[in-house]
Amino acid sequence: MPRFHTPEDLETFRRELLSGRDPHKPCISVCVGAGCLASGASEVLDAFRDELARQGLEAEVDVKGTGCPGFCERGPVVVVYPEEICYLQVKPEDVVDILSQTVKEKKVVDRLLYEDPASGEKAVKESEIPFYRHQERVVIGDNIRIDSRSLDDYLAVGGYAALAKALSGMTAEQVLEEVKRSNLRGRGGGGFPAGRKWEGSRNAPGDTKYVIVNADEGDPGAFMDRALLEGNPHAVLEGLILGAYAVGSREGFVYVRQEYPLAVENITRAIEQARSYGLLGKDILGSGFDFDVEVHKGAGAFVCGESTALMTALEGRVGEPRPKYIRSNVRGLWEKPSVLNNVETWANVPLIINKGADWFTKIGTEGSAGTKIFSLVGKINNTGLVEVPMGITLSDIIYKIGSGIPGDKKFKAVQTGGPSGGCIPESMLDLQVDFDALSDAGSMMGSGGMIVMDEDTCMVDVARYFIHFLTDESCGKCVPCREGLRQMDKILTRITEGKGKEGDLETLQDLAETAREAALCALGKSAPNPFLSTLRHFRDEYEAHIQEKRCPALSCKALVAYWIDPEACRGCGACLRKCPAGAVEGGKKTIHVIDQEKCTRCGTCFEVCPDRYAAVRKISGEDPPPPLPEDQRAIVKKSEKA
Amino acid sequence: MELGPIDGIVERYGCEPSALIQILLEIQKENHWLPGEALDRVAEKLEVPLTRIRHIATFYKAFSLAPKGRHEIHVCMGTACHVRGAKRVLDKVQEVTGIRPGETDLALKFSLETVNCLGCCALGPVMEIDGKAHGKLTTAETAEVLTSYE
Repeated sequence: MPRFHTPEDLETFRRELLSGRDPHKPCISVCVGAGCLASGASEVLDAFRDELARQGLEAEVDVKGTGCPGFCERGPVVVVYPEEICYLQVKPEDVVDILSQTVKEKKVVDRLLYEDPASGEKAVKESEIPFYRHQERVVIGDNIRIDSRSLDDYLAVGGYAALAKALSGMTAEQVLEEVKRSNLRGRGGGGFPAGRKWEGSRNAPGDTKYVIVNADEGDPGAFMDRALLEGNPHAVLEGLILGAYAVGSREGFVYVRQEYPLAVENITRAIEQARSYGLLGKDILGSGFDFDVEVHKGAGAFVCGESTALMTALEGRVGEPRPKYIRSNVRGLWEKPSVLNNVETWANVPLIINKGADWFTKIGTEGSAGTKIFSLVGKINNTGLVEVPMGITLSDIIYKIGSGIPGDKKFKAVQTGGPSGGCIPESMLDLQVDFDALSDAGSMMGSGGMIVMDEDTCMVDVARYFIHFLTDESCGKCVPCREGLRQMDKILTRITEGKGKEGDLETLQDLAETAREAALCALGKSAPNPFLSTLRHFRDEYEAHIQEKRCPALSCKALVAYWIDPEACRGCGACLRKCPAGAVEGGKKTIHVIDQEKCTRCGTCFEVCPDRYAAVRKISGEDPPPPLPEDQRAIVKKSEKA
Repeated sequence: MELGPIDGIVERYGCEPSALIQILLEIQKENHWLPGEALDRVAEKLEVPLTRIRHIATFYKAFSLAPKGRHEIHVCMGTACHVRGAKRVLDKVQEVTGIRPGETDLALKFSLETVNCLGCCALGPVMEIDGKAHGKLTTAETAEVLTSYE
C-alpha cells in the first residue's frame, strides 16, 4: 500500500496505476445500490464470479460491484467495458450469455438492451438511452465506473487530483475564493451559498473549527445522498478535506443515518483507506495541514437533518434545534464555528477545484450554478436518480427522462422539496427548475426529491400524509409545530374521512400561518407548505371532500365504494375467491355483486378483476347502483342471446 | 442481556458521554432492544443521569424499549410508496398479523414498524422482512408473503 508524502507521490502512483491497467481488458460493472440489490443484484454479481471461476477466466475479466448509476427502474443494471454496453434487468441466468457472447465474441445480447417503448429501437450504450441522454452526470456519473470499496479505482478516474492541486499550489484563501466564485449553493435544502458559509467560519474567532457532512437524508422518496455516499464515498471525503483546508479546520464529522448500513460501511472504509494512504491525518501530502474525520451514526430522527439539531445530536444529546441568533458557522458544534454541508454539496467541491469556477458556472442558471441530482419517483415510468443542469424544465425531466406516467394515466402534480416542499400542478410544467423558481412556485428545491402524482392521487390525502409525517417527526420543543401540526393533522384526517365541515379550511390556514411565523426551526416554519401549496393549486379537491363528501381521485378509502358492473362481469370468481371480508356474492355463470354492508373497501376485488373484464368499478360522492335482483344474475353467452 | 458486553462497548468508546448515542446503537444492534438493566449500566459507566439516557432512548426511532419478534417487518410509507398504495399494504399486514406499527405479537413472531423510505422506490410499494425487500406488492401478495414466514 502506498503512502503519499507529497502531491507528486500521488500523481506518480496514479500514472503507475493507469499504466498497469489494460484499458482493453473486459470489465463487468454490476450496480449493487439499494434499488438493484432489492431486485436481486447480489445474486447476479455472485453468478458472474462463479461462472468466471468455473471457466477459469478470473484473471482475464474484472468484475466489480459498483454504486448506483440511477436507472433503478430497470435494475439490476450491468455495464460491460470497454465497449460500455448497458444491460438492464439482468438475471443470474443471463450471465452465461453475457460472458460467452459479449465478453468473448464481442457481440451484443439483444434481449437485455434498453428498448424504446414507443419506437421499439434498441440502445446499446448508456449514453444512447433516453433516460441518460438528457442528463448531465458530472457528480454521479463515476458511480458505475468505480468499485466503491476501492480507493485505487477512485484515483484511476482522477480522484484526489483536486486535493493535490489545492495543497500544492493554492492557499486556503484561493480555495475559498474559487468556491465562492462558483456560486455553489447548498444541495441539502436551503440553497445557501457554500462559499459564504465557509467564509463566515474561516473569519470567526477561535482555533478549533469543524466541518461536517450532513448525510441524515430523511426525506421519504429521496436517496441521492445515499447513492453518492455508498457509490463514491471518496468524492465526498475529498470535498470535505478541501473544505477543511479552506476553513482552517482540523476535525470533521460525517453524520450518516444508521438506516443506511452500506453507506456507513463504505464511508468508514474510505476514511480508513485515506488515512493509510496519507490523505487524512497529520501533514497531509507534506503540506503541514492536519485533518481527520469521524463517522457518527444518526439514530433516526428526521429533525436531525436541521443543522443545529444535527450538531446537538453529534454532541451525544437529544437532537432538538435551537434558535439561530448566531449562525452555526460562527457558533455550532461544542460552541465552535462549524460548517455543515450536505453530501451532494461536498461532492461538487472537488469538481470545482479541478475544473474551475468558470466551468461550473457555465452549467445551470445565473442564480443556481451546476447540476442537481433528483430522485424521480412515484407515478413515473423511469424511477431513478437523475442529474440535470439547473434550469431544465419540469416537463423535460418528467417526459424526456422519466418517460411519462405509467398506464396512460393523466399527470396531476409533482411534489418537490421533501415533506416541507410543495406540489406543482400541470399548468406549471414549463417551470425551469432552480432554487429560486421552485420557491416562487410555492415549493422548494429541498434535497431533491421529485414525486410524480397522477389522476389517482388525492391531493388532500397528500397534504395529510406530509403533515402527519411532520407531526410524527416534530421534536416537540416549540408549541406552533408540536401542537399546531397535530391539529392540522387531525383536521386533514377528518376531511379525508368525509367528516370535513365548513370553516375547516380557514382554521387550517390560521394554524399554517402561525407555524410559519412562530416555529423555532426551519422544519416547523416550512411544515405547512404541503397544505398551503395543495390548497393554492387544488382548492377544488378540498371543497369536493368537505362539501360533497367526494374524493375526485377515488383514493380516500372512507369516501369510495366498489360495485360490479353487471354488463362487464363474466362471473369468473376472482373477486369472490380473494375478498377477505366475504362481501362478494356470486357463483358459476352468475353476475357477482358486492354486499356494501360487509365491504371493507380494501380494494382487493378492484385489483384482482382481470383486465379483460375490468368489471369492478369505484365510485365516490354517490351511492353505488343497487344490485340486480337475484333472478336476473344469470350470465347468458352472447351467441345464446342471439 | 449480559452486562459484560455492555462494559466492552462503553469502553470501546472510551467511556465518553458524547458517544452515548453510538453506544446505545451498538447495544440495540447486539440485543435488538434496550433492557432497563442495560440502560442502568450505561448510566453508571458513563456517569450520566438515567433521565438523559431515557430521553435519548425514547426520542430516536432506532431504539426499542421492548423485546422484538423473530421477524421484523418494515412497511415503507415513503412518498413514492404512499402514492402507489402503501396504506393498503399496511392495512393488510395489520389484518394478517393482528398488530399495529410499533407492536410485537404475543408469540414473538412478528414486529411491525413503518419506515419512511427504504430507498428502492422503483419497487414501490415495498415491505421489508428481516432485511429482504418484497416489492410491487398487491394486497393479495402481501398476505401470501406473510404466511410464508414461520
